[in-house]
Amino acid sequence: MIGIVLLVIIAVAAFWFVGVYNSLISLRNQVFNAWKQIDVQLKRRHDLIPNLVETVKGAMNFEKGTLESVIAARNQAIAATQSTTQLPSPQQVQATAAAEGQLSSSLSRLFAVVEAYPDLKATGNVAQLQEELTSTENKIAFARQLYNDQATVYNTRQQQFPGSLVAGFARATPAQLWEITDASEREVVKVDLSLNAGK
Amino acid sequence: MSEDVNLFAQQEANRRHSRWLVIGFILFFAWLGFGGDFIAYLATAHAPPGAYHHVFPWFGIVLTALGAGMARYSFSTGPVNVLKSTGAREIVDAQTPTEKQLVNVVEEMSIASGITKPHVWLIDDPDPNAFATGHDESDANIAVTQGLVAICSRDELQAVIGHEMGHIKNLDVRLMTLLAALVGAVTLIADGAGRVMFNGGFGRGRRSSNDRDSGGGSSPLVIVLFIVWVVSWILAPFITRLLALGVSRKREYLADAMSAQFTRNPLALASALTKIENAAEPTRSIKGGAAHLCIADPLGRPLNGEEGRVAELFGTHPPMPTRIARLKEMGYEQSHQALAGAPVTQASA
Repeated sequence: MIGIVLLVIIAVAAFWFVGVYNSLISLRNQVFNAWKQIDVQLKRRHDLIPNLVETVKGAMNFEKGTLESVIAARNQAIAATQSTTQLPSPQQVQATAAAEGQLSSSLSRLFAVVEAYPDLKATGNVAQLQEELTSTENKIAFARQLYNDQATVYNTRQQQFPGSLVAGFARATPAQLWEITDASEREVVKVDLSLNAGK
Repeated sequence: MSEDVNLFAQQEANRRHSRWLVIGFILFFAWLGFGGDFIAYLATAHAPPGAYHHVFPWFGIVLTALGAGMARYSFSTGPVNVLKSTGAREIVDAQTPTEKQLVNVVEEMSIASGITKPHVWLIDDPDPNAFATGHDESDANIAVTQGLVAICSRDELQAVIGHEMGHIKNLDVRLMTLLAALVGAVTLIADGAGRVMFNGGFGRGRRSSNDRDSGGGSSPLVIVLFIVWVVSWILAPFITRLLALGVSRKREYLADAMSAQFTRNPLALASALTKIENAAEPTRSIKGGAAHLCIADPLGRPLNGEEGRVAELFGTHPPMPTRIARLKEMGYEQSHQALAGAPVTQASA
């Protein structure tokens, strides 16, 4: 009788262990996938910037400093990206976040300058590029939001008792959240690029 | 603020409420089918050997099979038909700036919600509205009217798309199609039986004569149960519809809270809803069948605007003022706790 009870207890424990283990693995893959989504959007942003610079260059000769800082920030951001097959290390997340933060703030300065040139904004090309960049900025933000949300779920699952007992076996380590490191990015820089402005 | 206005708490509350309503629906449906079998079993249990004994629950099985069949049929044809009936046009290769913006916004929301980008459709209708349809997450469609694109700012459009994305992510198309089919099955049988009884036919003759035969042996309990069961059937089309509408309204609140989660900007949805509400024109191109998937009832204001309890019971959507108030509460809550990694956008209404 005692033997049967013991057997049942062991079986239940084993099922529970496998369940938690698998859920940790699947959460880790979700976090990794979310990180990859950020990567895709960052790449897109890096690709769009030369176009933007080309388009506005001619009309903005005397704003060279702004343009150059965008280019420099882009190059730094590209240097900071490295592809991984694992969850990114905390250092890597922080480095990427810092470099992209720089790029975001120099881009928003550029947009603010563009606002000051109504002629430039009126050309279809710039308006289109602005919409593309706004969308890309949003996509980065949403990808980051998804990454942070899923990383939080993953971290909570591996830290809470009794899931924490299994975390070691699943080799689960807390995922680093993407935090905004640049003070200037914390400020809400609102550049209204909506096509329906004023409606 | 109390914690019940937090968007995740609101999501959880609405999930729980709609789960209870669905459980209630299923229990009522089982009572209509298998309950009848059980009563017949009780009534015939003491019948003399050789007389009819109701052992196999054929009635419940037939009813369930009918419901399942209807659900299957409407699910395989419904989502596509709804889209076709509106005369929507798919945006495959965005041309105009507005179309590009719409496609971009949908892409942004599909990233935020973590699901595959749905197909985007544009409906040529001046009334602002939008709906989602499709079989599952990877094969979904979002359709918006010209009117919506025209009056909404970028952020508002994003919030509306977020609401539709919420419907897709919660598998609401599947849930509501199933409930609608079950309501249909119940109504079909109740109507048919009602007509047969009214004409003095024998639709239920066998069972009632059975009851009468064994009447001497059947306890008052069986008779009471039978009366309750018949009354249930008379009211069934009405009750099942009310339950399904109740589920629909909870799913609307849930989709609102999902939109708030995706955009982290509930105030944008609140201002979009205000604009949609003010354009009280009915959306003519969207037929009634898709009402529960729209951002706002395509019939327009009459029912959803009044906050009367009775009007509320018959609406596919909760009253607009309540939805807007809840979103504002979420927005208020949010301004008190900065959310890490929230996108830098704000309502520009």
